[in-house]
Amino acid sequence: MKAIGLLGASLLDWLEAVGRAGIFLVQSIFRLPVRFKESINLLVKQLYSVGVLSLVIIVVSGAFIGMVLSLQGYSILAKFGSEEAVGQLLALSLLRELSPVVTALLFAGRAGSSLTAEIGLMKATEQLSSFEMMGVDPLRRVIAPRFIAGVICLPILSLIFSASGILGGHLVSVEWLGVYDGAFWSSMQQSVYFDTDIVNGLIKALCFSVVVTWIAVYQGYECVPTSEGIGKATTRTVVLGSLAILALDFVLTAAMFGDF
Amino acid sequence: MRSKRSELLVGCFIVLGVAALVYLAVQVSGLAFSSKKDTYQVVARFDDIAGLTSRAKVSIAGVAVGNVESITFDKELYMALVTMNIDSDVNNIPTDSSVAVLTSGLLGEKYLGISIGADDEVLKNGSEIYDTQSALVLETLISQFLFKGGDSEK
Amino acid sequence: MSVVDAYIKVQDVSFFRGDRVIYEDVSLSIPRGKITAVMGPSGTGKTTLLRLIAAQLAPDSGTVLVDGQNVHSLSRSELYKVRKKMGMLFQSGALFSDMSVAENIAFPMEEHTQLDAKAIADIVADKLYSVGLRGAADLMPSELSGGMARRVALARAIALDPELVMYDEPFTGQDPISKGVLVKLIRQLNDTANMTSVLVSHDVEESLSIADHVCILAGGRVIAEGAADDIRASNDPEVKQFLNGEPDGPVPFHYPEDDNSDRVAL
Repeated sequence: MKAIGLLGASLLDWLEAVGRAGIFLVQSIFRLPVRFKESINLLVKQLYSVGVLSLVIIVVSGAFIGMVLSLQGYSILAKFGSEEAVGQLLALSLLRELSPVVTALLFAGRAGSSLTAEIGLMKATEQLSSFEMMGVDPLRRVIAPRFIAGVICLPILSLIFSASGILGGHLVSVEWLGVYDGAFWSSMQQSVYFDTDIVNGLIKALCFSVVVTWIAVYQGYECVPTSEGIGKATTRTVVLGSLAILALDFVLTAAMFGDF
Repeated sequence: MRSKRSELLVGCFIVLGVAALVYLAVQVSGLAFSSKKDTYQVVARFDDIAGLTSRAKVSIAGVAVGNVESITFDKELYMALVTMNIDSDVNNIPTDSSVAVLTSGLLGEKYLGISIGADDEVLKNGSEIYDTQSALVLETLISQFLFKGGDSEK
Repeated sequence: MSVVDAYIKVQDVSFFRGDRVIYEDVSLSIPRGKITAVMGPSGTGKTTLLRLIAAQLAPDSGTVLVDGQNVHSLSRSELYKVRKKMGMLFQSGALFSDMSVAENIAFPMEEHTQLDAKAIADIVADKLYSVGLRGAADLMPSELSGGMARRVALARAIALDPELVMYDEPFTGQDPISKGVLVKLIRQLNDTANMTSVLVSHDVEESLSIADHVCILAGGRVIAEGAADDIRASNDPEVKQFLNGEPDGPVPFHYPEDDNSDRVAL
């Protein structure tokens, strides 16, 4: 009896947390900074720290994942004498699956954790209260630009990841393993469709970006403002963010490619 | 000065993203910007299309001249009704041409191949190709082969 | 002990954090144009009082009147309007870490006034001069010492010429010279700009030296309120213990134990 009560209580707590996070999301979207020029400046600053600073890790990991895929794909496809299909394998697995998911996971680790830590630190040093005391809504000044920058950056990073992966794969399969260049590209072009594969991959990346950035800024905003609390919130951002990405990926894949 | 530099880098970042999108669209998916070409529609009925899908290519002499628009089931004739788009500049296909479901390579995709006939009249929007050749289904092929082989031994 | 012209009136306020009682039926008033020091041992919720006045927190019962307005019944936009009349100096300074000193001070003016960049720059220079840090305008907050950061924060708190400035533990962690500078600045600002100042602190000497009016909080209630000299002369044992820093007295040295804890006995 007591166990059921406890379960109910924790369920209610959980529902309340979800509700609070939802209200928080709506508030930070609809309270954009009023003055256009100022908000553009704030956004550019965040695009820089969220997007540009994540660029290196995205390009490098994209290239390596493309190269590994090519090596693995080649060794299996060569057994069937159809090593040209490595282009198709590379492009489809990158565009549909790997680039949105891996980019989002890296983004949660690189940009998400730093967003949480930064906002948490602003809370701990009373900067958020300070905005409030000056009659400036911290949701609009601090949270909204970060949230929007995150949502914009992840799809762009995912595109860059795909391009980098395909170039890396091309390097390995064509330059090193000797797959015929023309066949590599034509097998890719025959099987990749812009509207299903590339656009669906982008939609995935966009969904992940909303969820990851939401978790990151919310964890920062709601963290216990001590050094221990910030550390915990940062870890939670990475763990919850990664789990949410993988679970959401399953749902989205089933919805997009399920009938194939 | 520092904010100028970050603005520049953000600009580079966004341009890089757009470049990646264009690269993926053109080089990887082979999206041609002339894909909005004028086409006309031709239908054909097949006994068996075995794995042909919409958007598969339609070719003459191995050159793609169009794609499959839709595949539906003709309830009265119990046949597959395939609607295909043919590029408007390929406007001289004789009406007695035949169309077959073919496979590219051993395990490749299914596509439609048109073999040119000899008639003077040409296909127009809404015409039907009556001479169709269904897909070769491996099981049917093997059973035919076994049957014939048994015959010849006698 | 009633104050004639109260800028802030706290009436029968109770505030709980979870099951813990922070305040129970606390009433006090803060006179207009004077420096009021709110003192008490650590953990009695002195900072909470400031947050209640600024309506960052809402009390569980009772009202807080600021200049005659009940701040907890205001709408969000009305509240933000009232807050423009308040300045607050946070314990940690709370300077925005991504802006320079000058940008920090300019920020409230950019947000709330229609002044052009030139006028704002003049006021910033003026405010920095009044806290003696004109040379530090282009430094980032991370390059400032603790005392300088607090003075910059003070310049920012008074940027909009508020009617009320609240100081949260301004002396904590400061060396004697910085303390002296802050005491002088607070006094000077209060007298020249005709502001009402509220000072939350447990530094007895500094607080008593500048305060016109003193409230001592302990155990969730007001144990003494009155002019600084009256408080100094008080015979109340709790007040005396706090002012003289005696280790044991009405405020026990031992943290209360659970009644039914038999851990000790075992």
